[in-house]
Amino acid sequence: MAANFTRREFIKITGFGTAGAITAGSLISKSEKAPESPVEKGIKKTPTYCAMCTFKCAGWAYTKDDKPWKLTGNKDDHHSNGRLCTKGSAGWGTYTDPDRLQTPLIRTGKRGEQYFREATWDEAFEYIAKKLKKIAEDHGPECVALLTHGSDGSFFKQLLKAYGSTNIAAPSYGSCRGPREEAYILTYGEPINSPERTDMSNSKCLVLLGTHIGENTHSSQVKEFGDSISNGASIITVDPRFSVAASKSDYWLPIKPGTDMALLLAWINVLIEEEIYDKKFVKKNTTGFKELKKHISKYTPEWAYTETTIKPEIIRETARIMAKNAPATLVHPGRMVVWYGDDTQRVRAGAILNALLGNWGKKGGFFNPVKASVPNYPHLPYPKPSKTWKDAFPGKYELANLALSSGICYATVPSVDKSCSFKGWIVYGTNAMRTMPDRTKTLEAIQNLDLLVAIDILPMEITGWADVILPECSYLERYGELRVTSGKKAQIALRMPAKKPLYNSKPSWWIAKELAKKMGLEKYFPWKNIEEYLDVRLKKGGTSLEELKSKGVVTKRSETPIYFDKNEEIEFDTESGKIELYSQTLEEHGFSPIPVYKKHEEPEEGYFRLLVGRSPIHAFGRTTNNPVLSQLKNENHVWINTNIAEEWGINNGQYIKLENQDGVISNRIRVKVTERIRPDSVYMVHGFGHTSKRLRKAYLKGADDSSLITRVHTDEIMGGTGMRGNFVTFVI
Amino acid sequence: MKKYGMVIDTKSCVGCGACVVACKTENSVPEGLHRDWIVEEVTGKFPNLFMEIRSERCNHCSDAPCVSTCPTGASHIKEGSNIIKVDPDKCTGCQACVVSCPYNARFVMPEGYVSKCTFCDHRVEKGTDPACASVCPTHSIVFGDLNNPLSRVSRLLRSRKYKTLVPEAGTEPNVYYLL
Amino acid sequence: MKEITITTNKITNIVNGHFHAWGWEVPVYLFLGGLTAGILLISAIMAISKQKSKFTLSTEKLSLWAPIILSLGMAALFLDLKHKLYVWRFYTAFEITSPMSWGSWILLFVYPLSFFLILSTIRKAYPKLNKFTESLLLKIKLDKFYNILIDFSEKNRKKIAFTVIPFAIALGVYTGILLSAFGSRPFWNSSILGPLFLVSGLSSAVAAVILFSKEHSEKEVFTRIDLGLLIIEVIFIIFLIIGMASSSIQYKKALNLILGGPLTAPFWIFIFSFGLLLPGFFEVLELRGKKIPSAIAALLVIAGGLFLRFIIVEAGQMSGWLTY
Ligand SMILES: Nc1nc2c(c(=O)[nH]1)N[C@H]1C(S)=C(S)[C@@H](COP(=O)(O)OP(=O)(O)OC[C@H]3O[C@@H](n4cnc5c(=O)[nH]c(N)nc54)[C@H](O)[C@@H]3O)O[C@H]1N2
Ligand SMILES: Nc1nc2c(c(=O)[nH]1)N[C@H]1C(S)=C(S)[C@@H](COP(=O)(O)OP(=O)(O)OC[C@H]3O[C@@H](n4cnc5c(=O)[nH]c(N)nc54)[C@H](O)[C@@H]3O)O[C@H]1N2
Ligand code: SF4
Ligand code: SF4
Ligand code: SF4
Ligand code: SF4
Ligand code: SF4
Ligand SMILES: [Mo]
Repeated sequence: MAANFTRREFIKITGFGTAGAITAGSLISKSEKAPESPVEKGIKKTPTYCAMCTFKCAGWAYTKDDKPWKLTGNKDDHHSNGRLCTKGSAGWGTYTDPDRLQTPLIRTGKRGEQYFREATWDEAFEYIAKKLKKIAEDHGPECVALLTHGSDGSFFKQLLKAYGSTNIAAPSYGSCRGPREEAYILTYGEPINSPERTDMSNSKCLVLLGTHIGENTHSSQVKEFGDSISNGASIITVDPRFSVAASKSDYWLPIKPGTDMALLLAWINVLIEEEIYDKKFVKKNTTGFKELKKHISKYTPEWAYTETTIKPEIIRETARIMAKNAPATLVHPGRMVVWYGDDTQRVRAGAILNALLGNWGKKGGFFNPVKASVPNYPHLPYPKPSKTWKDAFPGKYELANLALSSGICYATVPSVDKSCSFKGWIVYGTNAMRTMPDRTKTLEAIQNLDLLVAIDILPMEITGWADVILPECSYLERYGELRVTSGKKAQIALRMPAKKPLYNSKPSWWIAKELAKKMGLEKYFPWKNIEEYLDVRLKKGGTSLEELKSKGVVTKRSETPIYFDKNEEIEFDTESGKIELYSQTLEEHGFSPIPVYKKHEEPEEGYFRLLVGRSPIHAFGRTTNNPVLSQLKNENHVWINTNIAEEWGINNGQYIKLENQDGVISNRIRVKVTERIRPDSVYMVHGFGHTSKRLRKAYLKGADDSSLITRVHTDEIMGGTGMRGNFVTFVI
Repeated sequence: MKKYGMVIDTKSCVGCGACVVACKTENSVPEGLHRDWIVEEVTGKFPNLFMEIRSERCNHCSDAPCVSTCPTGASHIKEGSNIIKVDPDKCTGCQACVVSCPYNARFVMPEGYVSKCTFCDHRVEKGTDPACASVCPTHSIVFGDLNNPLSRVSRLLRSRKYKTLVPEAGTEPNVYYLL
Repeated sequence: MKEITITTNKITNIVNGHFHAWGWEVPVYLFLGGLTAGILLISAIMAISKQKSKFTLSTEKLSLWAPIILSLGMAALFLDLKHKLYVWRFYTAFEITSPMSWGSWILLFVYPLSFFLILSTIRKAYPKLNKFTESLLLKIKLDKFYNILIDFSEKNRKKIAFTVIPFAIALGVYTGILLSAFGSRPFWNSSILGPLFLVSGLSSAVAAVILFSKEHSEKEVFTRIDLGLLIIEVIFIIFLIIGMASSSIQYKKALNLILGGPLTAPFWIFIFSFGLLLPGFFEVLELRGKKIPSAIAALLVIAGGLFLRFIIVEAGQMSGWLTY
């Protein structure tokens, strides 16, 4: 119990990065052979890890005659396996982008009106420090929040904690994989983490629900997926759209959107009714099987058919294939799981299905990740905040282990019943205008702020609303926080500058440290400079900055195996110490202890469900202005089923507009008339239709899905922002 | 004589386009121009669909019309191999080769001479894979010597079903697609 | 039904859905090249022919046009080059498999030959021009040499004519072979194209004579000739069509461009009707003594010839093995 309790606290404080990973010890001797000296003269390679998306693949940045050339993956790296993805390979584009933010800007007009004046860093810091001081005095430092995603946000986390607030939120929790992590913590006591602890490379059967790997190009995920294809694994893809993954599958189940829970429950039903689940594993490692069996009996394939439109025999057939290949069968937990509001429960249904297949800690299922231990740089204890964002939601989201950006957003709009109303936002590396749904709410919140600071590299929408814009240099121009992630290998990766910062842009460590100085918090940043900060930490971790400079990635030997052996006694980090098919915790908090199916709203006549996904060529909205990637794809398309297009007289390639159920009309978008999607849905990739004029390549290219997502179906368990309950019609 | 070829697995290719970007950066291909590209070919009707994804480029044809139609010898076969290259200092930009390529693999550079995929011969000389092959996350692009029966490309062609693009064009392409 | 998408946005050489690399320059070049060939053929044949009646234009004056029109054609070709500074590279190599290479070398011979042909009549045909050049050459003391050349050309007029003929034919045929050599372009890939362009070039030249001749007899003779040529052209075009229709699917697809496809109207209306049938019909009427200005037919023929090159160059580029 106690251990379990601290583990949970631990997760709360440090975020998912650490949870579930066994830290590894001594430095491994054999590692990447020292990098071959530059092949030709004039060519220089510098270690970095990618910030094109947030998957952190380690690689090498090449310059030729001191000019940007190319980026390649680091062979040792367990994220990239030596191969950067489409976006990562175009990384230099962030450096060369002529639209980059160049110098600090301070707002002169009304908030949201694009009037700024250029400022020196000192002026900018002065301005911010004064405001923060005032907020601290009038409302307490807890009323300042940090919204951050990836890149080098950690330095601002340090700053905010030093200032006295722990309200640090990332869209990657509430608007992405939060429900997944919570569902697995609830069921197995451990999250899935990033990179995912999936062992697809060895799976004999792989089940994808949504999860459009291939279009989702997270490097190691695509590699693993490729392996499973090459190994001839039976692949089952559940998707209303004929995704790339679906096209690689033995079974494509074109499910009616929003009904995945029914399918998952039916699969569980088949495994149990036909007694083809892993009896030994279930008996040994799970609790609540009896309750599950009772609960599931009504969820027959025949019943599921009426919900999902997937034929009962197909449901049975696929279930049997899963069972046949267990435990090397993986029902992928997904990543972007904030869909319909009951997401934690849906993902948990998948977790339960996986439990019945007995694949936890098994080859081809979920492996047990290892992680290098790199102590923090010693610093004074941070002040204890007297309140957090959760106080704004009495009795709600108690199971949320991380802060919600949406929560902070709602809590910013003043109201009597909210004890913590936010006055200041520091937004680092997240385009909150685009990544948080329900924009009107976000704007309302922003208009109530005393201070909004945006630290970005591009003039993204969020910067237009800021009081102060701080231009960070691109990841290729700076030292970054160490990358210490969990996976099959315990690794540490370094990001070091391949070029000097252009213009008047600065690295995040410098910005945070200097701002701290202005705020009189320098004592929390005791390190002289970044090299010293990194070297001290690395030496404690059993390596050194020197070694990382030459290798980029250092792998530590780990004694703990990544698979359990046959009859090993497993202690799970749950209340019961076992896999909880039946969750006491959920019951205590008033949620159904076993997932129950709940019907979701369906489109009205003439409306279509708006499905959203990824372009393999872009990362969210952050790369659509990239000089290289925009050459491959400079606008998104709305996918419309051939028959529907005929009915509406819409031609392939034609521009139309989309209007959602609340009358919001999108920017014009090209139509892709295709057989590859269900007639009841339309599809587009996220990240296009930028409205910031200063993004010259991306401005008004394609349509923005975020603007059409005005209805959010909030996950009652952890507050995730379900985005797929929105419907659109065509404006021709 | 080396007979270089590519064997590209349409089964594992996910159409991500990494090979396109890797090529553009490795070879500094100018804005808007592409030496390789991705084609998605969908057949069937919902929900019975089939999709083939191909990463396409110059086929370094054994009977290359782009070479035979070139009036200046700029478009030539690289010594000791089947790699088809263009010598900018001989190229007039008449585009006879561009028009003669059944695969539309060639394009005019901003400077005016014609360019296309070189099979990354500058890398091949150093014994490394072409950039596109070495970036592919699913290892779908395999490069090697078709004359060597032990090379991976030869072995793949012996063990798998494959096709080339429009063989009817009669240029004897050397890029193969595994089915 | 197939959905084919290039997901990485490659648009090189694709202009509204069709391959398109060569613009107006190439067809103009091919037309003027053919016209030159025609002019030289006529001039040469007239130089040789024993018939009494000498026609001023075709026998004496016409040859001067050849180098002028050819130069215009060369200019068009030059405009088409994307790497212009390297144009000289045409003459640092002879690529036996490349029609373009053949072409550029043939032209190298056509120029001097046409000059000899001109000199053989310049004293009679263009006395003023002759005096003028003499006076120019006088300045650089080459007037003697010039007159020697003229004497030589006049003496060997027939021999020169005989040597001109094969080159003129080569030039005319080349303008077609340049295209028919492209195996990758089904619409071009037919051996008829060479002869067709030769005849078409000849017919345009003949039309030019009709247009500018001041002698009724000359007009009439050449109208007869042109009528014959038009008929041959029609036959060749029918061969072309049959050829494509009777071979593989790609060729049928290519043929479809002018049988229902986007180029149907331009081909059948502008080339076949206005360019061949109509002028042919007018010429028949003329020969029957009906009073119609012979210029109409002549102009139609010339326009038709130019249009033929445009449509065929376009059709060839539109016809390919891949559609992207
Ligand atoms: N190239 C690229 N790769 C990326 C990213 C990027 O921006 N660009 N972002 C990364 C991040 S942070 C994340 S979270 C992931 C997201 O990538 P995923 O985790 O794969 O996201 P999903 O929402 O699972 O996948 C979207 C798919 O779900 C399908 N879908 C929609 N509704 C339903 C439904 O009701 N049921 C089912 N079964 N399927 C449905 C859609 O048709 C689409 O194919 O991608 C990561 N990888
Ligand atoms: N409508 C809709 N909303 C979504 C999603 C969706 O599919 N549709 N996806 C959700 C998911 S899965 C996720 S993970 C989130 C992603 O949410 P975000 O990560 O916020 O998404 P981005 O749009 O990539 O915003 C990244 C911002 O960081 C900036 N940036 C990039 N590099 C750097 C850097 O080095 N330093 C600094 N300071 N800034 C940098 C970019 O310019 C951009 O403004 O979005 C979520 N929201
Ligand atoms: S997945 Fe691609 S974009 Fe994301 S970090 Fe890795 S290489 Fe960079
Ligand atoms: S990189 Fe590989 S998987 Fe991606 S498109 Fe190219 S060939 Fe296909
Ligand atoms: S593909 Fe085209 S360019 Fe490449 S060799 Fe063949 S014909 Fe030449
Ligand atoms: S464009 Fe250059 S390479 Fe191509 S045919 Fe003309 S001269 Fe040769
Ligand atoms: S072989 Fe080299 S040049 Fe050719 S497509 Fe691949 S990367 Fe580009
Ligand atoms: Mo995400």
